[in-house]
Amino acid sequence: MSQHTLSVLVEDTPGILARASALFSRRGFNIHSLSVSTTEYEGLSRMTIVVNCDRHPLEQVTKQLNKLVNVIKIVEMDSDASVRRELLLAKVKADAGSRPHVIQTAELFRAAVVDVSPDMVVIEATGKPEKLEALIRNLEPFGIKELVKSGLVALGRGPRSITDRSLRSVERSA
Amino acid sequence: MTEQMTGAQSLIRSLEHAGVDVVFGIPGGAILPAYDPLYDSARVRHILMRHEQGAGHAAEGYAYATGRPGVCMATSGPGATNLVTPLADAHMDSVPMVAITGQVASPAIGTDAFQEADICGITMPITKHNYLVRDPAEIPRTIAEAFHIASTGRPGPVLVDIAKDALQRQTEFAWPHRLDMPGYRPVTKPHGKQVREAARMIAEARRPVLYVGGGVLRSGAAQELRVLAELTGLPVVTTLMARGIFPDSHPQHLGMPGMHGSVTAVGSLQKADLIVALGARFDDRVTGKLDSFAPDAKIVHADIDPAEISKNRHADVPIVGDCREVIADLVVAVRNDQAEGRHGDYAAWWAQLDRLREVYPLGYEEADDGSLSPQRVIQRLGEIVGPDAAYVAGVGQHQMWAAQFIGYENPGTFINSGGLGTMGFSVPAALGAKVGNPDRTVWAVDGDGCFQMTNQELATCAVEGIPIKVAVINNGNLGMVRQWQTLFYEGRYSNTNLQTAPMDEKVRIPDFVRLAEAYGCVGLRCDRTEDIDATIEKAMAVDDAPVVIDFSVNHDAMVWPMVGPGISNDNIQYARDMAPDWDDED
Repeated sequence: MSQHTLSVLVEDTPGILARASALFSRRGFNIHSLSVSTTEYEGLSRMTIVVNCDRHPLEQVTKQLNKLVNVIKIVEMDSDASVRRELLLAKVKADAGSRPHVIQTAELFRAAVVDVSPDMVVIEATGKPEKLEALIRNLEPFGIKELVKSGLVALGRGPRSITDRSLRSVERSA
Repeated sequence: MTEQMTGAQSLIRSLEHAGVDVVFGIPGGAILPAYDPLYDSARVRHILMRHEQGAGHAAEGYAYATGRPGVCMATSGPGATNLVTPLADAHMDSVPMVAITGQVASPAIGTDAFQEADICGITMPITKHNYLVRDPAEIPRTIAEAFHIASTGRPGPVLVDIAKDALQRQTEFAWPHRLDMPGYRPVTKPHGKQVREAARMIAEARRPVLYVGGGVLRSGAAQELRVLAELTGLPVVTTLMARGIFPDSHPQHLGMPGMHGSVTAVGSLQKADLIVALGARFDDRVTGKLDSFAPDAKIVHADIDPAEISKNRHADVPIVGDCREVIADLVVAVRNDQAEGRHGDYAAWWAQLDRLREVYPLGYEEADDGSLSPQRVIQRLGEIVGPDAAYVAGVGQHQMWAAQFIGYENPGTFINSGGLGTMGFSVPAALGAKVGNPDRTVWAVDGDGCFQMTNQELATCAVEGIPIKVAVINNGNLGMVRQWQTLFYEGRYSNTNLQTAPMDEKVRIPDFVRLAEAYGCVGLRCDRTEDIDATIEKAMAVDDAPVVIDFSVNHDAMVWPMVGPGISNDNIQYARDMAPDWDDED
């Protein structure tokens, strides 16, 4: 099993999220993360799906995704050829004694404190998944009360965009 | 040019624009507004069915008969959920179909309102696409898209769910002349390089086979297929979904492959060094145990659906395209090769196949107790009625015998539920096929189990003047299940005796002859071999009413050959505990 990141350009229609995710769940694939947002084109959304599975079943599910009427294009994001980021918000225990250490740890990761209460701080960080994992490891000793991540988003490096014809879609390569 | 009207009028106008002439359906609360303008439509005939499942299968039968999408209509909630089985059936067998369902009014959606069901959510995995329409202005474009999606690319069912208030509100009608669907562009033109590579492999192969599936039927490529087969001299096998696409009488036809295929057809795939799959999908019922299927074969796989290619078996040469275009291009490529002196030499291969054909023909043994042999009944039906009729099977033993023992010469003359294996398909699908092609004799070949699932549509046939003929192969049992109990459950016949034919019991429940008569049909019974022909001829002579023949047959008859579940095709048995000797060179 290996981790794969798919960027899926879709028409912004009701039900498209359910249609897409159902193709994964039907095959028993657990989606590691999924994020959806609007794009530079009105009416088009972009999903970034991170999934753990083998190559052959991934090809199958990608082909099935391509068959969805509202799916425009699918590109697999190679980790070397793409910029990948995630946003993290973590509520960390920080009383008067530990707060400087918590803030210092956050600063090492270029994270920001976005909310403060007497015993807690909320830390915001963005970065590659590996960086956020490292941040979490370093915050855990203080006590993480609550944690949420946005799911990975990714853009291909270089001048081309997913909507360029020249960009090889998964369907063509399969 | 636009016109003011209600959403319901817009829907009926849209159906007329889409070329619909028949709708199979049942009205109810949420769809009721649509039935009012439908009442006035001069172009759309509505056939009132007795169950929505029947409406769905009738739409499928109509699609088989005409090649155009069949249309069914139902109300919200239970009306819509009753369409689930035919939608799944059409999805598995790539049948073009448009289902229109009423939905509760928009403000009530999501409130568990009376007769509310999330039919779009329910049918998401079993439709090619579906729509929920809340705005009447979207009705014409949605209907146009639905018909386009259902009938192009790999055909399939599309469901359009319309909220009641969208049917009732005023709107402007404008039929779209151009559809903008950026995510839907099926590839129909095959890649030239791949086609030339396929032609090269055909010339170089020593043991090639054309493995022909339902996609060739859907693309209307019977002529092209015949040209290709005769040009190359390749043996042809036709799957359950493709029976009739290549004449059974043709000397290059080896019959049907698969779990109940002929020894020669199954053997040809197992021994092949090249399989050219055309619109077929390497279904488990064809491949048997997948990792021992056709171990020496290279695969050329042509299909309009890229997701089918290399799904079950890796394709050495994948070709995405419409089968008709693929085969036409392949013919050109083979001709070019032959013009340059590259011909295949399959003489030794044909000698091997001819020996198999001679030693292991399809056949059956009749019971020694004088009871009626179901295979003989079906064989005589095919011989007497002839290859111009359409035969519509249910699912089970009778379906396999209908695939084996009727000689098909024309595409679209064998209609059945392949992928989903839907018992109860036969009667309503035969009804739809007869409506789609009223000049063709349509025989439902059904089992007693299947028949009891949907035979209420005989009422529809009688009332609407749709004179189908039904041959119930009545062994009083769920025959195929019983066969598996005989073979794999030590003859423990748990819950398979339906008591529709006398075994130990004297009574028949129900009596199909009286049932047929109660439905306004002609009911006939046949339980003696010497009466088979006369009974069929009597049924053929009736042309003003549906006819049902109760053929009370031997309940121990089994379908052979058989590849047992989960075992290799190499271990096919042509009779119980009788396996062919593949390598016997005489």
